[in-house]
Amino acid sequence: MRIICLPLIALRRLASCLLFGLVLILSAQTQGALAGPLDEAAALFAKDSFTDTARAIELLADSGAEHAGPAIEALNDRRLFVAADQSVYFRDPTGAFIALATGQKLPAEPAGGTGVRVNNRIRGAINTALGTLTLQSPDPAKRRAAAEAVFKSRSPDSETALQAAMQNEKIAAIREIQQTALAAIIATSPNRSDIDRLAAIEVLKERGDREALTPLNQIPDSASANVKDAAKAAAQTINNRLATWSAVQNAWYGVSLGSVLLLAAIGLAITFGVMGIINMAHGEMVMIGAYATFIIQEIIRQNAPGLFEYSLAIAIPAAFIIAGLIGIAMERLVIRHLYGRPLETLLATWGISLILMQAIRTLFGPTNREVGAPAFMSGSFRIGLIDITYGRVWIVGFALVVFFAVLALLRFTPLGLQMRAVTQNRRMAASMGIRTARVDALTFGLGSGIAGLAGVALSQIDNVSPNLGQSYIIDSFMVVVFGGVGNLWGTLVAALSLGIANKFLEPFAGAVLGKIALLVFIILFIQKRPRGLFALKGRAVEQ
Amino acid sequence: MTLTRRSLLASSAMAAAAATLPAIPAFAQSGDTIKVGILHSLSGTMAISETTLKDVMLMLIDEQNKKGGLLGKKLEAVVVDPASNWPLFAEKARELITQHKVAATFGCWTSVSRKSVLPVFKELNNILFYPVQYEGEESERNVFYTGAAPNQQAIPAVDYLMSKDGGEVKRWVLAGTDYVYPRTTNKILEAYLLAKGVAKEDIMINYTPFGHSDWQTIVADIKKFGSAGKKTAVVSTINGDANVPFYKELGNAGIKATDIPVVAFSVGEEELAGIDTKPLVGHLAAWNYFQSVKNPANEAFIKQWKAYKKSDKAVTNDPMEAHVIGFNMWIKAVEKAKSVAPDAVIDAIVGVEVPNLTGGISKMLPNHHITKPVLIGEIRADGQFDVVWQTKDLVPGDAWTDHLEGSKDLEADWVKLKCGNYNTKLKKCG
Repeated sequence: MRIICLPLIALRRLASCLLFGLVLILSAQTQGALAGPLDEAAALFAKDSFTDTARAIELLADSGAEHAGPAIEALNDRRLFVAADQSVYFRDPTGAFIALATGQKLPAEPAGGTGVRVNNRIRGAINTALGTLTLQSPDPAKRRAAAEAVFKSRSPDSETALQAAMQNEKIAAIREIQQTALAAIIATSPNRSDIDRLAAIEVLKERGDREALTPLNQIPDSASANVKDAAKAAAQTINNRLATWSAVQNAWYGVSLGSVLLLAAIGLAITFGVMGIINMAHGEMVMIGAYATFIIQEIIRQNAPGLFEYSLAIAIPAAFIIAGLIGIAMERLVIRHLYGRPLETLLATWGISLILMQAIRTLFGPTNREVGAPAFMSGSFRIGLIDITYGRVWIVGFALVVFFAVLALLRFTPLGLQMRAVTQNRRMAASMGIRTARVDALTFGLGSGIAGLAGVALSQIDNVSPNLGQSYIIDSFMVVVFGGVGNLWGTLVAALSLGIANKFLEPFAGAVLGKIALLVFIILFIQKRPRGLFALKGRAVEQ
Repeated sequence: MTLTRRSLLASSAMAAAAATLPAIPAFAQSGDTIKVGILHSLSGTMAISETTLKDVMLMLIDEQNKKGGLLGKKLEAVVVDPASNWPLFAEKARELITQHKVAATFGCWTSVSRKSVLPVFKELNNILFYPVQYEGEESERNVFYTGAAPNQQAIPAVDYLMSKDGGEVKRWVLAGTDYVYPRTTNKILEAYLLAKGVAKEDIMINYTPFGHSDWQTIVADIKKFGSAGKKTAVVSTINGDANVPFYKELGNAGIKATDIPVVAFSVGEEELAGIDTKPLVGHLAAWNYFQSVKNPANEAFIKQWKAYKKSDKAVTNDPMEAHVIGFNMWIKAVEKAKSVAPDAVIDAIVGVEVPNLTGGISKMLPNHHITKPVLIGEIRADGQFDVVWQTKDLVPGDAWTDHLEGSKDLEADWVKLKCGNYNTKLKKCG
């Protein structure tokens, strides 16, 4: 606050003028800037209407006050409150309460505080303001996020701050983002010269991803035809690149869907493929694996929250053992009495699947259960122009590990040898001293246990509800039959090719028609080759 | 078992006894209790949503009995399980009415289950209270629709997104599960958007099968559709189990509510219970009730519900509120008619007003729909909703939408016209 006292006025008046100024300065120091932007912002926040809140954020961001950034962050996290006496304060991350108008710490939380509401419009304004405020933050991650936020908001108000930040930026990668952000502002705001705009369009074209398309599509109408044509051409170039990359993207989505199908089907490839049991309760084993994950996570949350990152690693053996034991019990109690009677096995296992579903529903309730994702599985990274989520990468890796482990188990361990011997010629195996009944139980347990493993992975992408298994049983049978019953490699090839075919069909035919087309294809294929892609040859077929 | 004449005689006698046995107590009891049917799936796919509705009905009936019952008699709940099996809904409805002699039934969730029981309620002339938001285009004498019609949910939600607070959306993705409710709702919405001047190429419609779990392609498509430079929003009529993987994929793909908001018509507090909601903050839902609404009636209801469920985590949702309103309306109508006879109640209930849980007074209209407020909520990090917008007054439910050819001339009025689909142009019923 500046008090201007003209030099020509009388001494007496000069004295009073000085006194008045002194009083004002004193009061300004004690009470903060009277009716300054902070007070105005506080008054607007207190009204708690979205329009006023948006205006208050602007005022706060422009005020230059040191606590403006923290206050806006607090608003974003709903830590900004209006007290009963209409004063506005926020809680900082350390838990202290700070008055908005002065930036001073409050001795205690004022009475009757209610949180200031935010909606998407306010969140957008917050992102713009925080972007501008944190452009020069000492933390590189924050600077990067700020530059990205400015790029997204394209608000011309950020331009000066952005240019200042670019002057000081040392890290090339962040500078590049800042440059594209500046280009996005220049390209989309009115009243720019053609030269500036064309340069900006060139920068956006360099960036060349989907996000760069948005500002290119928003060139204002006032721009010259020259600029508009350049923007159109740049957008076309980017679209062409994206079209090429979309094939890569579909292939990746296909692999990722295929890995889910593979996981769900490996267990069935053993119970149905190797043992020949039509196991309708296979999906429920997957569901039990998912619930085992949920239980493990609940135990960890309550007893050892520090272990949460490892919860899935702990859940893997647990799910395998629980589902495996239930599988063994099923085999011992029901299925072994029905060997050689496939129709009755089908009905019995279907009944068991209903019993298991209703049992889970009674135990855990009919609603979905929340299974969290550890930090290393959330988020995504970018290869070229496609975004790949970490969760999916882990699932693809996990599916392959499980697949090769099962393959190795069948091929290189005594148990695997016995399993193959029993399924190929039961009587011969028995006369060689193999306890066939025990091997049957273990094989079925292994198949069920692997289904349980699938449940751990599926808990990350699907509902953990009693119906989880239902949606995978048909797909699993489809994969096993298509791949060739009794052949694990066939299951792998079938899962991946069905996944990829599905994902390449989906953009053209839609999800519903795509699925129908695949089913029709498999039916026709089975007519032609009843034993699937990789049919077993030799005597094993005859039994 | 070989059938001898004696065993045949014996078994047929037993069968006859078995057939009359339940009938005797039913008649004996009908003297001192009034039976209320509860027709909600307790097993199968829909159990996830319908089980809580059964519980809320049991709680309401319990509460009414504590207040002294109805017309001096105790209420008795008859619970049956139609097991998410649509034809079984019709069988169980028939069982409720003919065997148990219920005075009214509260039930159904999916439109297909409602369509399956309609003929039964018409034939046996009984009453059904249907508590779920639905696609409209229906009004029956024996059914009372306490959920939202499209004009009480879908249209206001779109209006909000077009407004300044909603982000002035110009481009629309209508994504739904492939069955009657999303298809009809999207047809109405498309007609409405086109009438509002939205260009055809700014609307993308997408359907997925029930329980769809691989959303990668569709979420990528939405992202692509949203990069055209105009503000884009997704209107989701995705139903049931498919929602969790959809929202997980949205979170994974980094689509934030500030970029492309998703407004859902079938996602409530119950559905969000299974998801980590932190990446979803700001996505929207349109309902006529949210648990987070601050109001003494609602707070009392939540407290009562938590006590009844003996769990502090129990959540309330919109269809539960619809049952509360429907049940209270039925009680008032019975008291007004001094009888539980369906015909008397059907005549008495139109015009009955009861308080809803959001602070207003809902009224039963002659078209058998009710008046409700429309609320838009944003998802919070704790899985609840923040109400960011609501209609000033209650909106009367419109059975036949004004935005579709063939439906805009129809009118339902069971008081004056005695007709559920009166054609105002041809001036005749049906």
